[in-house]
Amino acid sequence: MSGVRVLVGTRKGAFVLTSDGRRDKWDVSGPYFGGWEIYHLKGSPVDPNRLYASQSTSWFGQLVQRSNDGGKTWEPVGNKFAYDGVPGTHQWYDGTPHPWEFKRVWHLEPSLTDADTVYAGVEDAALFRSTDAGQTWQELAGLRGHGSGPHWQPGAGGMCLHTILLDPSGAGRIFIAISAAGAFRSDDSGVTWQPINRGLRSQQIPDQDAEVGHCVHRIAMHRSRPSVLFMQKHWDVMRSDDGGDSWQEVSGNLPTDFGFVIDVHAHEPETIFVVPIKSDSEHFPPEGKLRLYRSRTGGNEWEPLTKGLPQSDCYVNVLRDAMAVDSLDQCGVYFGTTGGQVYASADAGDSWAPIVRDLPAVLSVEVQTLQ
Amino acid sequence: MIRVELPAHLRILAHVAGEVQLDVEGQATQRSVLDALEARYPMLRGTLRDHVTEQRRPFVRFFACSEDLSHESPDAPLPEAVASGAEPLLIVGAIAGG
Repeated sequence: MSGVRVLVGTRKGAFVLTSDGRRDKWDVSGPYFGGWEIYHLKGSPVDPNRLYASQSTSWFGQLVQRSNDGGKTWEPVGNKFAYDGVPGTHQWYDGTPHPWEFKRVWHLEPSLTDADTVYAGVEDAALFRSTDAGQTWQELAGLRGHGSGPHWQPGAGGMCLHTILLDPSGAGRIFIAISAAGAFRSDDSGVTWQPINRGLRSQQIPDQDAEVGHCVHRIAMHRSRPSVLFMQKHWDVMRSDDGGDSWQEVSGNLPTDFGFVIDVHAHEPETIFVVPIKSDSEHFPPEGKLRLYRSRTGGNEWEPLTKGLPQSDCYVNVLRDAMAVDSLDQCGVYFGTTGGQVYASADAGDSWAPIVRDLPAVLSVEVQTLQ
Repeated sequence: MIRVELPAHLRILAHVAGEVQLDVEGQATQRSVLDALEARYPMLRGTLRDHVTEQRRPFVRFFACSEDLSHESPDAPLPEAVASGAEPLLIVGAIAGG
């Protein structure tokens, strides 16, 4: 029987939530790695029992954990993330040069074709890859080295590489995004890179049309149309129909176009979801109402989805890696909040119910659809 | 034989309870003790000192014999009471974060 496994990373450990295809009764296991920050965990599309998790604390640094049994047991694998060559400097908040320093892994993206290959997006921003199931990591240094690296500057959360999208067409195309440098694309499996920020406009930087410096929060793609990208920028929801070569704003009638998450329906490539957040200084939903907005037109026209979500006195945030969709016939949508709730919808957002209410602050949510 | 007490998170990670006892080659220093510790428990590599620079992580402290040894040279001899096993080397996660 089909089912789903929801992988939740929190400020104080990881949790695994499982259900059958009806998605109305849930088993909650965890915390795994109690007391550690779990920025992200994700399963391999090739082998759903192969999971990778990013585990860290300010005290003891970064660990990477691997599971071969769907999260029941874990083993630490390699945690040496050494920048290639002399790492040089990027810009600090005040514009002065600052040495590149590894801090943590924000995002793990398992390969679409090989369970032993996994990519890691790290702070300070760089992309690493392991081809031995996480035992060793090598930087794809062409990203930092493509030329604009010394001009990259951290966002408020640090200079993190938080989004990795692998083009499923097999052409070696990879998209990544960095706060606050912007989006980048490789067409040769990560060897060389180019910024893809044309059309983004950011009032926070002196040259609003600059090649880099944009605070991209998240990018999403539907696997059937890998050249169509949707972006939640610091402010503005954007789309690209040419693999990031150009972007158009599709914020439309959203109550605010600030936010962190964005995702695409599993079966409808023009149906996208965002959670509007009031502003960059007030990281909670407008009017204290937690509303997910859905567009069935690829942007511009949005409808609020509220059934089952708190519509008063709600002041949580939904962080950039904390929304995901399953691929069951009736697409499920999931998101986690900084208040520790994980909400699930088994009908593409029409109605919602919490799976759990009182976890630590949720940093990431991923979903595996199990057959 | 050197006795080492790990912070709780790292005891869980290393699957140990209580003190760790290590045989250390040559003079007992922070570096030689950490080398022996990481050789016995490879999962601790990178948690106490940086992989590349080998510098102590900022929130990791080394205490022994009622003294803070955190700022001693990694190659300075540890107190004789630690070297002899009479006293443990305490590896402590600093109180930070409120």
